[in-house]
Amino acid sequence: MSLPNPFDPDVKLHRGGCSCGHHRNQAEHDQAHARDQREQQDRLVEGTVMRALFPRDAERRRFLKSVGAGTALAAISSIFPLGLAKEVFAETNGPLEKTKLSVGFIPITCATPIIMAHPLGYYSKYGLDVEVVKTAGWAVVRDKSLAKEYDAAHMLSPMPLAITIGAGSNPIPWTMPAVENINGQAITLAMKHKDKRDPADWKGFKFAVPFDYSMHNYLLRYYLAEHGLDPDRDVQIRAVPPPEMVANLRADNIDGFLAPDPVNQRAVYDGVGFIHLLSKEIWDGHPCCAFAASREFVTDMPNTYQALLKAILDATAYARKPENRKEIAAAIAPANYLNQPVTVVEQVLTGTFADGLGNIVRDPDRIDFDPFPYESFAIWILTQMKRWGQIDGDVDYANVAREVFLATDAARLMTEVGMEAPTDPVMAFSVMGKPFDPSKPEAYIESFPIRRT
Amino acid sequence: MKPTSFWAAPILSVLFFGVFVGVWHFSTQQTLGEVTVDPEYAALIGAQAATGGQSAMPGPLDVGAKLWEHIRDPFYDRGTNDKGIGTQLIYSIGRVLIGFALAALVAIPLGFVIGMSPLIYKALDPFIQVLKPISPLAWMPLALYTIKDSDISAVFVIFICSLWPMLVNTAFGVASVRKDWLNVARTLEVSPLRTAFQVILPAAAPTIMTGMRISVGIAWLVIVAAEMLVGGTGIGYFVWNEWNNLSITNIISAILLIGLVGMMLDTMLAQLARAVTYKE
Repeated sequence: MSLPNPFDPDVKLHRGGCSCGHHRNQAEHDQAHARDQREQQDRLVEGTVMRALFPRDAERRRFLKSVGAGTALAAISSIFPLGLAKEVFAETNGPLEKTKLSVGFIPITCATPIIMAHPLGYYSKYGLDVEVVKTAGWAVVRDKSLAKEYDAAHMLSPMPLAITIGAGSNPIPWTMPAVENINGQAITLAMKHKDKRDPADWKGFKFAVPFDYSMHNYLLRYYLAEHGLDPDRDVQIRAVPPPEMVANLRADNIDGFLAPDPVNQRAVYDGVGFIHLLSKEIWDGHPCCAFAASREFVTDMPNTYQALLKAILDATAYARKPENRKEIAAAIAPANYLNQPVTVVEQVLTGTFADGLGNIVRDPDRIDFDPFPYESFAIWILTQMKRWGQIDGDVDYANVAREVFLATDAARLMTEVGMEAPTDPVMAFSVMGKPFDPSKPEAYIESFPIRRT
Repeated sequence: MKPTSFWAAPILSVLFFGVFVGVWHFSTQQTLGEVTVDPEYAALIGAQAATGGQSAMPGPLDVGAKLWEHIRDPFYDRGTNDKGIGTQLIYSIGRVLIGFALAALVAIPLGFVIGMSPLIYKALDPFIQVLKPISPLAWMPLALYTIKDSDISAVFVIFICSLWPMLVNTAFGVASVRKDWLNVARTLEVSPLRTAFQVILPAAAPTIMTGMRISVGIAWLVIVAAEMLVGGTGIGYFVWNEWNNLSITNIISAILLIGLVGMMLDTMLAQLARAVTYKE
């Protein structure tokens, strides 16, 4: 908006109205102004496209005269995504639709970028006033997101997929534009099991995972099954909110858990458990938590969504660097965020930690932050959902993955904040030495002897 | 029976308290042995794990210090998720009072109607019998799902749990007004509305008040659990947040304050009940 010229006799400066005098108030004026700007941008895009299609103007005029403007527009739209081009152009330029946002999180280190962006000022850097709200459990995060109390939220990466396909809730299109963290989980066992390091001895154990639709659940099941244990018959796996895990371990209610940090480190800190293995030893580089928003938010407020995503990506880039980890630990440990002793959070983020058995382990890759949502991650998650009977029937793996994991958006905005983005949204990887081919998901499921399908 | 001195009971109370705190203090005293692990490792783990201390339970002195810390600065605000315990209590009390008031608005008139008409009483009885025993928290997921607002859902849960005791007590109080009084009113040809307000209401008031007292007690019990479920604000959220931090000291301080506030709410209604009671 430009400032009105106070020497212009047509300009009204007082008594309601707007600066140009044509609208009832300034808000309406701004709205009209934004609309004009948007129209101008659209014209600009259309002009560019037409110039590219018809290098000589005489040709363009002849074409338009012979078929008519409407037909021409339809014909061009059919070969060139004009609407999309306009949208993409507008997205990177337009004003924020909403600046006061509410983002939910669960107090675990997986949420590091979402949380740290608040005390370290990444949200305000992109013009957003974000309230980060601590939430009591994953089901509550899901329900509050569905109820639109949260504009976006920290979720487990299988959750947007589950919500979209309607597993455990009504199907509502959900998206996951960024992975929060990779690695960063661990299997912790009660102290009394310190001699039972071989999973074959774990028959009859009671385990806890944070949620049914979680990487924790799939990784634990995978790990047990690879060691010949049927996760549904030989052991018990319960969904327990992370803070209750340590208390339950102390009370001898469970034998162990595969949990997000800092829960594992907290069990060591309190002397009730030891870290059996880090989740990176099951699948190095596995995604865990996610930054998720509804498809509606992404399409209705494209500029706000992009600013928010940029803030998260920027924070993630900062969190990636090992030299910043101590500062981040100190910023997110207080009661307002994780509510944990600083040393516990620091051990998780720096990777120099006590394992509970008297050893100091140094593993800088214990947790890392790589935001790119590879579509093959989504496909793997879907295969495990199907493997353990959470979904049945035919699954359009590649399509669901593409719809939910917004790799294109992530790549574009990662480049904008100065990160290096991969070019291929599909990456092959292996889990416990077994390669996963994302193009053959059904064959992958068939290859497991222990499965529910 | 020999009359006891006015001071006997308070002195005994203090004595009980002293014994309780003493036992608590000595049973939680840490057998803090020497640090049994190497110093670098010890720096990474808590005192509990380093010294092999057995008790994780804080003593009365720790709790007292923590409580003083909370009472000294009850209204601090360090961001969305870290507010003083006074602020949290106000949020919880607010939710309870709103839910309770709404429930009273519905339950007392409805209870009146049910109490006065045996037909309606019989017709509604099956519904009341089925709905009454449902744990208020069982409504929580349904409320979150349909109302789509966690604050209103919490209030709704309070509403639904306060409703039944008030409804049942009002109906019972109204139904058991002495027949003589109603007969006298009828002989004097008092209008039904006047009978309701000047004969039945005063007669049933003590029972209604008892219902309200039970309701507010249940509501205060339930709000803590409800807030632990939804999070956000309130004393229940505070307990949950401190559980997340496994800070037993904070949890015990909160428990004490929850008890005190509950007692206050009950005393207030008891005073009110005394005001409407009459001697025959």
